[in-house]
Amino acid sequence: MKRDIILAGVGGQGILSIAAVIGMAAVESGLYLKQAEVHGMSQRGGAVQSHLRIADSPIASDLIPEGNCDMILSVEPMEALRYLPFLAKEGWVVTSSRTFKNIDDYPPEDDLFAEIRKLQNHVIIDAFAIAREIGSQKVSNIVMLGAASDYLGLTQESLEGALDTLFRRKGEDVVMLNIKALKAGKNGVKI
Amino acid sequence: MSRFVLLGDEAIGQGALDAGLSGVYAYPGTPSTEITEYIQKSKEAQERKVHAQWSANEKTAMEAGLGMSYAGKRALVCMKHVGLNVAADAFINAGMTGVNGGLVVVVADDPSMHSSQNEQDSRFYGKFSMVPVLEPSTQQEAYEMTRYGFDLSEKYALPVMLRITTRLAHSRSSVERKANREENPVKFPSDLKQFILLPANARKRYKMLLSTQDKLEQEGENSGLNRLEEGKDSSTGVIACGLAYNYYREVAGEAGLNHPVLKISQYPVSAKMLNQFVQQVDRVVVLEEGAPLLEESLVGVLENSYRINGRLDGLLPRDGELTPSLVKLALGVTVEPAREVPGIVKNRPPALCKGCSHIDMYNALGEALEPYGPGRVFSDIGCYTLGALPPYNAINSCVDMGASVTMAKGASDAGIRPSVAVIGDSTFTHSGMTGLLDAVVEKTPVTVIISDNSTTGMTGGQQSHATNRLVDICRGLGVEKEHIREMNPLRKHHEENRKMVSEELEYNGVSVIIAQRECIQTASRRLKSQKSKV
Repeated sequence: MKRDIILAGVGGQGILSIAAVIGMAAVESGLYLKQAEVHGMSQRGGAVQSHLRIADSPIASDLIPEGNCDMILSVEPMEALRYLPFLAKEGWVVTSSRTFKNIDDYPPEDDLFAEIRKLQNHVIIDAFAIAREIGSQKVSNIVMLGAASDYLGLTQESLEGALDTLFRRKGEDVVMLNIKALKAGKNGVKI
Repeated sequence: MSRFVLLGDEAIGQGALDAGLSGVYAYPGTPSTEITEYIQKSKEAQERKVHAQWSANEKTAMEAGLGMSYAGKRALVCMKHVGLNVAADAFINAGMTGVNGGLVVVVADDPSMHSSQNEQDSRFYGKFSMVPVLEPSTQQEAYEMTRYGFDLSEKYALPVMLRITTRLAHSRSSVERKANREENPVKFPSDLKQFILLPANARKRYKMLLSTQDKLEQEGENSGLNRLEEGKDSSTGVIACGLAYNYYREVAGEAGLNHPVLKISQYPVSAKMLNQFVQQVDRVVVLEEGAPLLEESLVGVLENSYRINGRLDGLLPRDGELTPSLVKLALGVTVEPAREVPGIVKNRPPALCKGCSHIDMYNALGEALEPYGPGRVFSDIGCYTLGALPPYNAINSCVDMGASVTMAKGASDAGIRPSVAVIGDSTFTHSGMTGLLDAVVEKTPVTVIISDNSTTGMTGGQQSHATNRLVDICRGLGVEKEHIREMNPLRKHHEENRKMVSEELEYNGVSVIIAQRECIQTASRRLKSQKSKV
């Protein structure tokens, strides 16, 4: 078992939280993990990504080789396309439809989604709307994690366990909201 | 023992704690910051009262670390690569004095310049100062080599450099902890003249340092950190340093390569080991994350019959970090053309946060400078460097910590007036104060704007030594009271702020404008944590 995933988004959108949940669930499930992330300058509203690798045997490289990525999981549609050189032939792009426009030359949305739909394997979901419906737009990132969850090779229990561990100090309500977001994301899409 | 998922940086912090650390000294700098933050947050470190406060800059950190080592205790000093330039005087001379308690200096390099102004390779400093350098490939190795670094430091009474790069510093993996050990007690050096580098003494110390080098080479072989891994295909032998080893293993696993490999994680490297390796293969590919340091020493300048390939002959790019794809190409593995990034994807550079005080400061400055024309603003290292980007286009330099003040002074000396420096509060106390003193002594006409957001913002909001001290510091350095001005950088005060800057630009001497408003990132975190406590 081996999964190479690129998490993509804009600084502040919570991709490192997604990475932390998957990472913790993977390690608790006895899998090997490497997860490279971006800190520092780029976090100020710039494009950010994390290379996340999980496997049942030791992993050598912290970076995913180009053309080997099984899934690009993005919380922003333009950011989903930025890492296409890494995507494997049969790889999936799973992205939120919610755009984040902090640059003047952001492309027209129709062109953007047309580009994503050209890909053989893609999922576009309105994670923002789903998150708002269940209580808070802040959990859009966990809705996206839910949308990808069937494909991660991790059990639902291990992901919920990781959410519990990571958000416990913020209170039971926050844990429950995140678990709800995970489920809503999972039900919102079937790959 | 227990397993943890840790960043490379955090693995070093835990490794140091478990090795009996008594104090960490550091100035924040990407990608090294999380080492010290990890120790600051560690309950165990708090209970043991391990020193973990930030230092004013890397030089003060290095010297304080050396002082703790003098007292017999183990100290860790952490910085980014360019921080070592600041600490270099202390670092090089610590090689001369040697140490008493173990002293490990972690330097985090940033090849490809993700968050830095250059990609200098700190291993050169190790070579220059003739102290051992360790270069881990994995988080587990980072953990273990920190411990080993302290052992090595105490065995040879020398500081030890632990060199990492961004990809290891900021990559997580699970780490297995080993048993921890006690801190050292306070113990004076057995020779109380060891640290006195008067020439007569320094000459003796230098001979000692030189005579240790052979043993240090041997140590790398005995430790197993430099080791030969057999391979059947000797048409190529791979020398893989630090993180580069991971890329070779990744590529070899995928493409079924089976070359002999010399894994290098400790310097100086034994010449015997290198000679033996080179002789058993047809050619050598050297993989180094950073500059071609080892490759250069293998190639030399004289004609020889060995085939050495790497960054020097163009097999690999001379600059930038390595990737699995680059290593594939270097080893002749076919790389299928990757998908392209669609043309509609636009760059999304980092930007100043909405509501940031630097924006209001730049708006006031920009308008005040309009009558004089462009090219007069020397800036510095921090979030406000993003003022270089549109729509602000507000600054003309960003060189090194503190250079804004002194470059503005030099330009003023040359006749550019008004000449403006824009520097952050933490950068000012790091390296701006001494430059300001130069200007005060000569009454050089400069306008220094300290954009004070009361934090070290770019690295994630660490405590700033400048907080609530800037007026006193400027007064103490001799800036005239009436030319230390304070502004509140908010849009509603724009007109008065612009007027204040205009007045000071006209002043024929040193003026300092302190534009103080808390960083909105730290402010919102503070408000959140206050709310959750209520």
